[in-house]
Amino acid sequence: MTAIDQASAALTAPPRLLALRRFARDFARRPSAMAGLAILVIVTVLALTAPLFIHASDLDVINAPGQPIAPPSARFPLGTDYAGRSILTLLVWGSRPSLAIAVISTALTMVFGSSIGLLAGHYGGITSRVLMAITDWFIALPTLPLAIGLAAALGQGDTSITIAIAVTSWPGTARLIRAQTLAVEARPFIERARALGARDGQLVLRQVLPNVSPFILVSATLTVAGAILTETTLAFLGLGNPTDVSWGSMINQAFFQGAVSAGAWWYILPPGIAIVIVALGFTLIGRAVENILNPRMAR
Amino acid sequence: MSSTAAPLSARSLSALEAPPGGGASGARDFAHYLARKLAAAVVSFAMLLVVGFVIFSLMPSDPVEALTRGHPTSAKQIAFLVKQLGLNQPVWERFGHFVVNTLEGHLGYSWQFETPVATLILQRLWPTLLLMGSSTIVSILIGMWLGIHSGWRPGKLLDRAATGTAITFWSVPTYWLGILLLVLFSTGFGVIPPLFPAGGMSTPGTVGGWAPAHILDVARHLVLPSLTLVLVVFAQYQMIMRSSMIDEMGNPYLLTARAKGLRDAEVRQKHAVPNALLPSVTLIFLQVGTMIGGAITVETVYSWPGLGYLTFQALQIPDLPLLEGTFIVFSASVIVFNLLADLAYRHLDPRVRRS
Repeated sequence: MTAIDQASAALTAPPRLLALRRFARDFARRPSAMAGLAILVIVTVLALTAPLFIHASDLDVINAPGQPIAPPSARFPLGTDYAGRSILTLLVWGSRPSLAIAVISTALTMVFGSSIGLLAGHYGGITSRVLMAITDWFIALPTLPLAIGLAAALGQGDTSITIAIAVTSWPGTARLIRAQTLAVEARPFIERARALGARDGQLVLRQVLPNVSPFILVSATLTVAGAILTETTLAFLGLGNPTDVSWGSMINQAFFQGAVSAGAWWYILPPGIAIVIVALGFTLIGRAVENILNPRMAR
Repeated sequence: MSSTAAPLSARSLSALEAPPGGGASGARDFAHYLARKLAAAVVSFAMLLVVGFVIFSLMPSDPVEALTRGHPTSAKQIAFLVKQLGLNQPVWERFGHFVVNTLEGHLGYSWQFETPVATLILQRLWPTLLLMGSSTIVSILIGMWLGIHSGWRPGKLLDRAATGTAITFWSVPTYWLGILLLVLFSTGFGVIPPLFPAGGMSTPGTVGGWAPAHILDVARHLVLPSLTLVLVVFAQYQMIMRSSMIDEMGNPYLLTARAKGLRDAEVRQKHAVPNALLPSVTLIFLQVGTMIGGAITVETVYSWPGLGYLTFQALQIPDLPLLEGTFIVFSASVIVFNLLADLAYRHLDPRVRRS
């Protein structure tokens, strides 16, 4: 009886919309997923609206309003930095480059990693062997030295960091998408499409890509989390844009401008906690989506 | 689990894939396996040289400009530098020189120290080995112990506490944790007195060598950087050990061991643990890449005079030959350790040999 019900339900609504609705319901049922989503919504809204309540003068090193490295007070709830700027203001503003770099580098990673994965999975044979050998080589390479080398060679700045992150994080996506492509291509509807005369390009873009796209989403959320950590690490090492404020550069300034010897916990704690919370938010969502799509992967 | 879970699982999976063994027996089979793995390592190293050359020699727009930044330079001097750096030669010739030089151990001259890069790397090698070695050993001991006990009784208090702690430390940026520990235990915070030195490897002005006082001094300097690395790294050993303990749990040989009348601790230590150890042992070799990343930031925070701090110093200029040298040494060591992981796995798991 239920099988018939499901079949008739599938007839009334387009199957992809139905799957999406079921996915949303599963997602909303998980407290960790909703917590992750809440974190991201709050942080994104703050980052996007920051220019409305933070002015360039608040970020100016020369005419900062407060005393350098002053503890929290009524005027500066999180104290001040080495130049006398409000840490709270810097913290909100610092989310912008960190998030932007993480999201853009993740987009690059997804485009490149998924293309490699789809190509390797679809064509198989020597193409797959060569592409996967390169992928495995990049997976084995230590991430940070490679990212440091790239960022240093390209010169200080946001573009270099974005490229460095994309170059070091695509292999995981390529592997995942190749595995999923193989799984999808083993299913009968691909054979049907081929029998109807679909060419390679049509097969990959119209049949395989929509079916692997949920896994691209999983990979993207987990990659963003990693990208934020790498971005802040590179900025901490001094590779960030020197004129901008980011969480990594805040920790860099705190460390190199005497917050440690001053015991200025209000300077050191907030950017690190912000990094952990945002990375955690993306990780929670990624794991939840992963569990919904493939309950066996969770363990 | 944190974001680092993804590369971890991918890496450990690719290492644990059973290499297809031949049907022949014993030594010949092993020689064949060794030759194949060695060839793969050589190919990896060749690719490393290509990527290193592209990043450090082709990508920087103008090395001469980087070298002469801030100095008044005449056209003649620039022409001399271009010739000296070999920039007027075709790319293939430059790559050829680079490969020959690297294989001979000539990694170029550091711009800021004006010393051969190879000499600098050799000087800084021992502190890094000391830091990474000691923190690896401690992480393994803590991670394995916690993994064994939490995997044996999954879902119990110890498991939940240990797993929660591990995941928390795992998702914290290493350098930030290092700074926090520095403020807590070196500057002194609240009731905590300044317990440990803030940086370096020994107190300036003390005599080096193998004097007991000096060894103690180095050990005191080692505590905080090691602790930082251990806190970030032990989770990986714990999680792998925990999951392989859980995998062993359902096996009938444990039932046999219990039926013989062995106590629970004996069943765990003598029967379950040896089998569960396998994946973790290989992981030790595969963690080198992660440890290197941690070492760069931790050595920076504690000004520990190793390769990581050298990388940071090189970054400040940026001193490209020095960065290139450390990049090649770091990556080559990962290739070597991956090779060792393959060999160790085959040696430890007879099933791989027979398959």
